Amino acid sequence: MDVQVWTYILVGITFAVYIGIAIWSRAGSTSEFYVAEGAVNPLTNGMATAADWMSAASFLSMAGLISFMGYDGAVYLMGWTGGYVLLALLLAPYLRKFGKFTVPDFIGDRYYSQIARTVAVICALFVSFTYVAGQMRGVGLVFSKFLEVDIFWGVVIGMAIVFMYAVMGGMKGITYTQVAQYCILIFAFMVPAFFISIQLTGNIIPQIGFGSTATDGSGMFLLDKLDQLHTELGFAEYTSGTKSMQDVFFITVALMVGTAGLPHVIVRFFTVPKVKDARVSVGYALIFIAILYTTAPAIAVFARTNLIETVSEQPYEEMPEWFKTWEETALLNWVDKNGDGIITYAPGAAILGTPDIQRTDGEIARGSNGQALLNNTATLNTNELYVDRDIMVLANPEIARLPNWVAALVAAGGLAAALSTAAGLLLVISTSVSHDLIKKQIKKDISDKAELRYARIAAGIAVIVAGYFGINPPGFVAEVVAIAFGLAAASFFPAIVLGIFYKKMNREGAVAGMVCGLLFTLGYIVFFKILFPEYNTPEHWWFGISPEGIGTFGMLVNLMVSLAIGMIYPEPPEEVQEMVENIRYPR
Amino acid sequence: MEKDLRGYWKKNLQYLGVLLSIWFTVSYGFGILLAPWLNNFKMGGFKLGFWFAQQGSIYVFVILIFVYVFLMNRLDKQFGVSEEEG
Repeated sequence: MDVQVWTYILVGITFAVYIGIAIWSRAGSTSEFYVAEGAVNPLTNGMATAADWMSAASFLSMAGLISFMGYDGAVYLMGWTGGYVLLALLLAPYLRKFGKFTVPDFIGDRYYSQIARTVAVICALFVSFTYVAGQMRGVGLVFSKFLEVDIFWGVVIGMAIVFMYAVMGGMKGITYTQVAQYCILIFAFMVPAFFISIQLTGNIIPQIGFGSTATDGSGMFLLDKLDQLHTELGFAEYTSGTKSMQDVFFITVALMVGTAGLPHVIVRFFTVPKVKDARVSVGYALIFIAILYTTAPAIAVFARTNLIETVSEQPYEEMPEWFKTWEETALLNWVDKNGDGIITYAPGAAILGTPDIQRTDGEIARGSNGQALLNNTATLNTNELYVDRDIMVLANPEIARLPNWVAALVAAGGLAAALSTAAGLLLVISTSVSHDLIKKQIKKDISDKAELRYARIAAGIAVIVAGYFGINPPGFVAEVVAIAFGLAAASFFPAIVLGIFYKKMNREGAVAGMVCGLLFTLGYIVFFKILFPEYNTPEHWWFGISPEGIGTFGMLVNLMVSLAIGMIYPEPPEEVQEMVENIRYPR
Repeated sequence: MEKDLRGYWKKNLQYLGVLLSIWFTVSYGFGILLAPWLNNFKMGGFKLGFWFAQQGSIYVFVILIFVYVFLMNRLDKQFGVSEEEG
């Protein structure tokens, strides 16, 4: 059977499972809808958190990104796992003891202020919407690549599925679907990794494999071989990277702290029964995440080695079938700058912009070697190869000549990763509206039934808005992810940590801190990423810190402003200080 | 009772201090600041700094959380604030 038939079968089965769970787990009260009644087993919650957290980006893009960044890829690997230590030690148990439904709930109650609550709601909505648009886009891409369905219909199908289980089941439906989605995505990620690890190193465990000797008979360690290939082609050594040390440091802090401050992750720890469960649940979550995150750098090394060995200094005519397939999707292209028919791979971009294939009457225009011709202007350097980062995971099964069902599995896994994260984010959006805005601010006497209805309506509208952005993505989707983490780092994290660990922190300090941290971070990112992208180079950055890493600075701004302003104003009222005392002890 | 709870909190903060120092040392220390120097040493095919940055730190993160869970469960019992009793 070919890949497409396999994909239809596997995707069909997984979707049937999701719908089955949706029907089984209808939510009847707001407590069920928001936090699954706080009755989720910690192990189950850990697995759901892992799926909630690992998005289309982790599954489809991360290994590819790392394979082009080498050592620098550590910012993602450490940044997106280290935050769980902060979650377990500084946030999760205390927020569980606090025992309400949302992050703005905590901020609003702890800082006895509707303004603080509103600032938190705005942050939560902004962070979640930017994130969810990317997930819907991922769903659309998988559909269009593997099933040859139009992106529009791909997104619509994805929306319909999420709508079924998120709107009907709320947190309860989402939790159990996420468990299923985790199993699918981790299986889909690991199977090709095992196969390729055996092919390249003879060791089935990829985490050990990429530190072993290559099976090509050279007797060299795989990483040494890759470093050597890099040096020969003029790239920096794979194991050293190119970013400055302070930038790596700051980006890692921003991603770690941002992770710990993301509302859709935090809220998962409101769903377990006890404080004790919240602590151990973070541990389980990190184990499930670490399985993928320690495999990704191995896949990165395998894919990079395979790519260089297959294409570098080889004639185009001898390229395997997959090269030509991906060429037609404009993700892997060759421009024969020196006209020798041989692919030269070197540092620098081969063309300006992303490939735009030349067509005459709908047919792809071909060069003298049969390569697809591009409309793009070629650059002046010697590099002739354009490689999209995402194909490193998507094309891996083909590059390694794995059976068709493995490629189909990757499609089903990508969908599971995107849908699980999208659902978690949609829930945050809907609770922010129905609980934090309507119940807590606009109509305080609303009944539980009516609140639940608002939650469903809000989730429904959010699905449609997310779908719209998935079909018509704003040009800066990739940039806004940096904003999401930066904002979470600069707003929520310091406010929550101070709220738990510094009893005397008052509302004036907290609000001023959140607003200053937020505006500072937003300003820096918007300046370099959106207003003046031509200045977005290390010599213009403050202290060499890129917009990706500026959230760290924003967090420090927040902390300092909070403490300074906090000193001027009176201490929080007695009952708030008592509440802080209270959340510090499990009982 | 009040005094007991202060003791509990102080002990908790001590645990946090120690565990977060390890967290920082392994990831930011070994994985970033000392990585160029650690890359002079090898473990199998891995340069040590590279290994800490892309593998080792993640394993340590997992261990740290479970150590914290163990310590806190014990502390909860010692100070009688465990959710299990009463």
